[in-house]
Amino acid sequence: MNIHEYQAKALLRSYGMPVPEGRAATTVAEAAAAASALNAPVTVVKAQIHAGGRGAGHFAGKPGGKGGVRLARSADDVTDAAQAMLGEVLVTKQTGPAGRLVRTLYIESGCDIARELYFSMLVDRSTGQIVIVASPDGGMEIEDVAARTPERILKEYIDPAKGLCDYQSRDVAVRLGLKGREIRAFQNVVRSAYSAFTGLDAAIVEINPLVVTGTGDLLALDAKMSFDENALFRHPDIAKLRDVHEEDPREREAAEYGLAYVGLDGNIGCMVNGAGLAMATMDIIKMEGEEPANFLDVGGGASKERVAAAFRILIGDPKVRGILVNIFGGIMRCDVIAEAIIAASHETRLNVPLVVRLAGTNVERGKALLAESGLTIIPADDLGDAARKIVSAVRNAGA
Amino acid sequence: MSILVNQSTKVITQGFTGAQGTFHTEQAIAYGTRMVGGVTPGKGGSLHLGLPVFDTVAQAREATGADASVIYVPPAGAADAILEAIAAGIPLIVCITEGIPVQDMVRVRAALDRSDSLLVGPNCPGIITPDECKIGIMPGPIHRRGHVGIVSRSGTLTYEAVAQTSAIGQGQSTCVGIGGDPVKGMDFTDVLERMIADPDTHSIVMIGEIGGTSEIDGAELIRASGTRKPVVGFIAGATAPPGRRMGHAGAVITGGHETARAKIEALREAGIHVAPSPAELGTTLARVLG
Repeated sequence: MNIHEYQAKALLRSYGMPVPEGRAATTVAEAAAAASALNAPVTVVKAQIHAGGRGAGHFAGKPGGKGGVRLARSADDVTDAAQAMLGEVLVTKQTGPAGRLVRTLYIESGCDIARELYFSMLVDRSTGQIVIVASPDGGMEIEDVAARTPERILKEYIDPAKGLCDYQSRDVAVRLGLKGREIRAFQNVVRSAYSAFTGLDAAIVEINPLVVTGTGDLLALDAKMSFDENALFRHPDIAKLRDVHEEDPREREAAEYGLAYVGLDGNIGCMVNGAGLAMATMDIIKMEGEEPANFLDVGGGASKERVAAAFRILIGDPKVRGILVNIFGGIMRCDVIAEAIIAASHETRLNVPLVVRLAGTNVERGKALLAESGLTIIPADDLGDAARKIVSAVRNAGA
Repeated sequence: MSILVNQSTKVITQGFTGAQGTFHTEQAIAYGTRMVGGVTPGKGGSLHLGLPVFDTVAQAREATGADASVIYVPPAGAADAILEAIAAGIPLIVCITEGIPVQDMVRVRAALDRSDSLLVGPNCPGIITPDECKIGIMPGPIHRRGHVGIVSRSGTLTYEAVAQTSAIGQGQSTCVGIGGDPVKGMDFTDVLERMIADPDTHSIVMIGEIGGTSEIDGAELIRASGTRKPVVGFIAGATAPPGRRMGHAGAVITGGHETARAKIEALREAGIHVAPSPAELGTTLARVLG
């Protein structure tokens, strides 16, 4: 789960991270009040959306115009910036062409910048350990730095048995070229990031840039945090930070039923059990020459209600011109799937072709139920057969 | 012969008396697995499904001599259940539970690395040697005894591989679902080296997906081993958009090596026969076996 920059900075500050003074605002008046309260010579007005590349982005309808991070040197500048951004759609490299509506701004004190560093913390899957990633090249896309100059990416692994040791932070600080009091300041940054990371079950803490000021202080100028969804049950305060406006409405509805759903741009809706089989089903649809409308994993032990909800989401998606159900029952019983499909099809009028492939536990009972249901269902014997049938059905219906 | 489990493997269930533990232990008993007991804290001394219930894994191990434990404990307590099994010296731990917090698994991994226990999972279907021992949630009847070793990150895609190898008249020596979580127990390399060494495994099917680099490590192991056993591979997620999480916490593309294309390339370079589609795992194997 992602959160906004202003939320991440507030959390990190509570763990001791040095961050600039700032306030969130949802109206132009609030933005002006925030700037006057900060009373800084230079303020920065930053659009709050769950996507990177804000500064280099542009607002919808104004290609080539200013981005979602603007410097303001006066109260009028702040008002102008707030008016230009609030309620407008910001398009960045990460949002895709549709962009994101800006509902909140973060007004922050400016600072003088001597150097920009990169700092992040995440779990490394190959070692199974928390890793510190740092680079002297802050302020740019870290993927680009890693691709062009991999030697400028520093990594330090944290042994779970020992926890973070200060000598490790100092070592990274020295490798970053920090000197004197900057080394201690960096140690404090790492320690607070680690406390927040472990204390809140974060998936990533990323500070880019981490700036060294003219006076040798460190400040987190931008901050991104995301959280392990599986651990939210023990962090109810973090779960409350979820911004549903930043999520696909189809994905939100699916999440309410415990379904793993990702909306895509094609026209064949898929309902599959298991993430690997769901991805393989998307792959084979594409191989047959069409595009999947979604990834949808109904999970292992899905109830009839959950499966029916999944089916309703697919039927309700106007892009969907055909549906492929691919279930290999293990814990999941094919007869339960069949009953759920029948119930959902009666409830919401099904007006696109439906191909169903069932295999595994109680497959004969499931197939019999579908055959007796009176619904127009195209049965398929295996994965390849199912993909060919749905693609040809969608093409025939469109012709 | 087979790897990791066979007819003499004695198995206990952690989370024994819960709905999942009960259902799948019943299925395992029906399949012929040597189930010898189970653990549910607070219910020690009672009988469940005709088997003894213990309060702790240490007691269960002491009383039954269990070689393996299967875990159906809900996510909040699952990492602790694995740590308990490690502490009790259980040689093979299979964790089915889906949704364990990643940082819990970081602690588990550290404990595992300092122990002699092996972990399969979490978030996996388990492990089966057909007609001998089924530990997990896979449907027993789709398997048949044979000589194809199957290793996969995905549960239902493993079933797909099983069904397709059975359909071409082959059977399986051992099938291991290693699970889709980012931090886990045995990985491709751990399973593949055992399958390469196992005289009863004559060919191998490995099924990976986007995210991480463990398929590439597996491919490298196969190449370096010089094994003459045919290996068929498949990587799911070629059409997944970058940066989106596809259900498995693991299946998210974050860097160059993790895309399906890079992995398929690595598999091919190691001499692995990559199936052109997930529907052609069986036919690709049949062609390779001649």
